Amino acid sequence: MKIVACIKQVPGTNDCTIDPETKRLKREGVEAVLNPFDLYALEQAMLLREAVGGEVIALSMGPPQAETSLREALSCGTDRGVLLCDRAFAGSDTWATSYALATAIRHLGGVELVLCGKQAVDGDTAQVGPGIAAHLGWPQATYVSAMPGVEGKRLTVRRMNEDGHDVLEVDLPAVMTVVKDLNTPRVPTLRSCLAARKATVTVLTAADIGADARCLGLDGSPTRVVKTSPPPPRGTKTVHIAGDGRTCARQIVHELRMKSLV
Amino acid sequence: MIARTDAERNEYRHVWVVAELRPGEVESVTWELLGAGRRLADARGCELWCVLLGKGTAGLAGECFARGADAALVVDDPGLEHFVDEAHANALSALIRKHKPEIVLCGATARGRALIPRVAVQIHAGLTADCTGLEIEPDSGLLLQTRPAFGGNIIATIKSADHRPQMATVRPRVMVEPPIDPARSGRLVRESFDPAWASKLARVLEAIRHAGDGVRLGDADFIVAGGRAMGGKKGFDMLRGLAEVVGGALGASRAAVDAGWIDYAHQVGQTGTTVQPKCYLACGISGQIQHLVGMQSADLIIAIDKNPEAPMMKLADYAIEGDVFEIVPAMIEEIRRL
Repeated sequence: MKIVACIKQVPGTNDCTIDPETKRLKREGVEAVLNPFDLYALEQAMLLREAVGGEVIALSMGPPQAETSLREALSCGTDRGVLLCDRAFAGSDTWATSYALATAIRHLGGVELVLCGKQAVDGDTAQVGPGIAAHLGWPQATYVSAMPGVEGKRLTVRRMNEDGHDVLEVDLPAVMTVVKDLNTPRVPTLRSCLAARKATVTVLTAADIGADARCLGLDGSPTRVVKTSPPPPRGTKTVHIAGDGRTCARQIVHELRMKSLV
Repeated sequence: MIARTDAERNEYRHVWVVAELRPGEVESVTWELLGAGRRLADARGCELWCVLLGKGTAGLAGECFARGADAALVVDDPGLEHFVDEAHANALSALIRKHKPEIVLCGATARGRALIPRVAVQIHAGLTADCTGLEIEPDSGLLLQTRPAFGGNIIATIKSADHRPQMATVRPRVMVEPPIDPARSGRLVRESFDPAWASKLARVLEAIRHAGDGVRLGDADFIVAGGRAMGGKKGFDMLRGLAEVVGGALGASRAAVDAGWIDYAHQVGQTGTTVQPKCYLACGISGQIQHLVGMQSADLIIAIDKNPEAPMMKLADYAIEGDVFEIVPAMIEEIRRL
């Protein structure tokens, strides 16, 4: 099975600045990590490869430094790393990003399964996975928490929702977004890290994948960020409560009662 | 769909709310959206429509009218009984192409967040995820969509000027449910199911609702959450008892989930669920940044911990320094007595 795991490099949690021009999160020159949800997508891709054979390609779109995240994916055992890197992609919203990734997947050819983390922790939109599926015209399953069955070109999966789960049968090719429950990502070994350092990461431009420039970047994005601001401060000072269990309980329950919370 | 001229834009009218349905009932986020949608429709001088896709949906229209909808767009067909992303997306895209709404809103639920991005791509519309604020820009008449990003560390305002409809998913429990007016009525717009919408590639084999697991995390007004200091499953049984008496949901830190004391469905934070309850009671949760980003927009935060220097104790509105195993049972007793 030829599997693409889409990964994203995201800014480290404590470190986020905004580009004054695009008003989107600045990704150049900030400490960056691999989006934590993508580890489950990578791991699942590798588990499937071990079960049925095939190839796992890690695919990312981003600035040149996103190569670091692809090397991390390679050190986990991915066969290949592909980076979409071109000024033309800069400023893309989720519509344009999913268009670029879908176009790259089509360009790679013969892909049967695309796995994504349920969302990236910087934008938190969860829109790119379903967007890729829509651009490709493939079926999708989101919030996948188990993959109990692989039978030829058909996967049986469990997907979570607010009050339970559905068991879904999906014909390949398909796109799936996955949650943490699915697996436990392996830890790279020293040997795999060294191999990853030497492996080639293929860099592709918009022209390489044959993308329509009108659908890329800021101009190809239907949405525009017009303003960003810090959230309103919480503004409250911490009230300290101490004492024995009963005293503390009495005081906090009184406060909750005053606020009509109990 | 790209609409570059005023004439093209003017073809798109009315505000749509796509209802979130469970078998035979409408989820409360739909009512919240009808409240928000009513304001937007009044600001635009247009109608508010509620879109009901599913089986047995025609009977739900009256409830939508009572909460402010002027019309209910109904496709009532067994072909839409289970949520299959492709079928529902194909149906909604076709209805949008036909009726041309100006604004489409949907709950930022598991289903909404799967369905709407697929539709937005199919019809080439702009979409903003997880909005917490919606208003009409006075001069342009455009929808201004406000959303938190990066775990609430940034608030962004987004608009979609040249594409129609303008689409947004909205977080549950952010907008206010409108009052019910049983005397209000509206227009029923029925469309039939087109077999071409159906997915040939995906099928729901089983739909399982987890019964008896208490209030859902994302919907809860009150969340009682536990961390590493709860020590095991027994600690969470105690918290479950408190969650029950306050009518709240049970949450957990990643450490507690990874230790196997409680299911992942309860995990709050970056790799779990982002929550926004009226009250978040953190019991023995030190407050890793990855946890804080998932709950820091709670209206009220209470922390119970032995360590007054823990980040959660610093963030909290009320920091209770003490033993959670003494305080929680005492709280249960105290609340029962009310």
